[in-house]
Amino acid sequence: MMDVSMIGAGLIVIGVGIGIGRIGGSAMDAIARQPEATNKIQTAMLIAAALIEGIGFAALFAA
Amino acid sequence: MAVNANPHEEEEHNDSAIERSEEEQAAYDKAKNGEYVIHHTKDSHDFGFVTNESENKHYGFSLPVILYDEGFHFFSSSSFDHGHKVAKSDGKYFKLNSHDAKIYRCDEYGEIYESLKPWDFSITKNVIVTFLMCLLMFLLFRGIAKSYRTGLAPTGAAKFFEPIVVFIRDEIAVPNIGEKQSKKYMAYLLTVFFFIWFLNLAGMTPLGINVTGNLALTAALALITFIITTFTGNKNYWMHIFWMPGVPVPMKIILIPIELIGMVVKPFALMIRLYANMLAGHVVLGMLIVAVYSFENYFASGAFLGLTFFMNIIELLVALLQAYIFTMLTALYFGAASATAEHH
Repeated sequence: MMDVSMIGAGLIVIGVGIGIGRIGGSAMDAIARQPEATNKIQTAMLIAAALIEGIGFAALFAA
Repeated sequence: MAVNANPHEEEEHNDSAIERSEEEQAAYDKAKNGEYVIHHTKDSHDFGFVTNESENKHYGFSLPVILYDEGFHFFSSSSFDHGHKVAKSDGKYFKLNSHDAKIYRCDEYGEIYESLKPWDFSITKNVIVTFLMCLLMFLLFRGIAKSYRTGLAPTGAAKFFEPIVVFIRDEIAVPNIGEKQSKKYMAYLLTVFFFIWFLNLAGMTPLGINVTGNLALTAALALITFIITTFTGNKNYWMHIFWMPGVPVPMKIILIPIELIGMVVKPFALMIRLYANMLAGHVVLGMLIVAVYSFENYFASGAFLGLTFFMNIIELLVALLQAYIFTMLTALYFGAASATAEHH
């Protein structure tokens, strides 16, 4: 049952988790500093998160 | 005495037999549950609502099967009887393989020829749901468009949908594409947004629909985005691919293959993102629902019931979010394709 690709999948999920977590955290910081720019920050955050997620999924499929 | 002793002995024997098979039973249940969840995320040749597996009873609709195997074959999927029967059409025998839910040629007795697979153009569950959704969207949005003939104030369903349409225009299309160019893309952006959103919501009903979690449908949507991006690309778009302005000449040459790969990777990422998100959501929900009734303990079941409810609400959010992200990124690609020099 133990498969090397499973380790790879785990690493991918760790990497994507760190990436999206950092985006979310930074967006929180930015919104706290400039609440009036919330909409713009959220949009940019979602796009960046979606792009990372896309790469993550592509890698998961390869794994 | 003898009569009493015998059942006791038998009981003991039975007990040990159960104990031995308990681990096997657990492993069997685990595999069965996994199979059950995966089965529910897949397309099928009939629209089933309720299945009683122990009595092999299925409640639902049969759907038409259209096969091409040296000539077209039409028949109802009821002649497969969920993989238990062999369907005969024009002197050929077909069987639904219950393991991969695909149709194979077979002989009279149901022996499958692995190498002979007919082309399958059947109206499957996903196809029928897609058709119904197209019809629903056509009727809904035609009705909304008609309601504006009497006056500019929205009435009825338009009250709910006008803010969403305005949001897509003002927050997605105009900032990414530009005031003037965005007009010709609005029809596609609105269609793709509502199509994905409605299909995602249909997937949240207990009918076992999973259309947006199907690679074929997301591939078709991404292909349309790719085609529109490629064919409406103006000279600036092509210049950024083949002769990137503002960088030295050797760099321009290196960037050509990278940009060409990027053209394909962008819609590919769109396709994978929607598919994987919706499939993963369905699998997680399915596993939680299985967990609710696989415990023989009210506290554990109750806890998982709460978790399932919570995940359902998250998935409702994801249904909207994925539609938004697909539309947003599509608008970004259109914006890149139609950007004019004054944007830089």
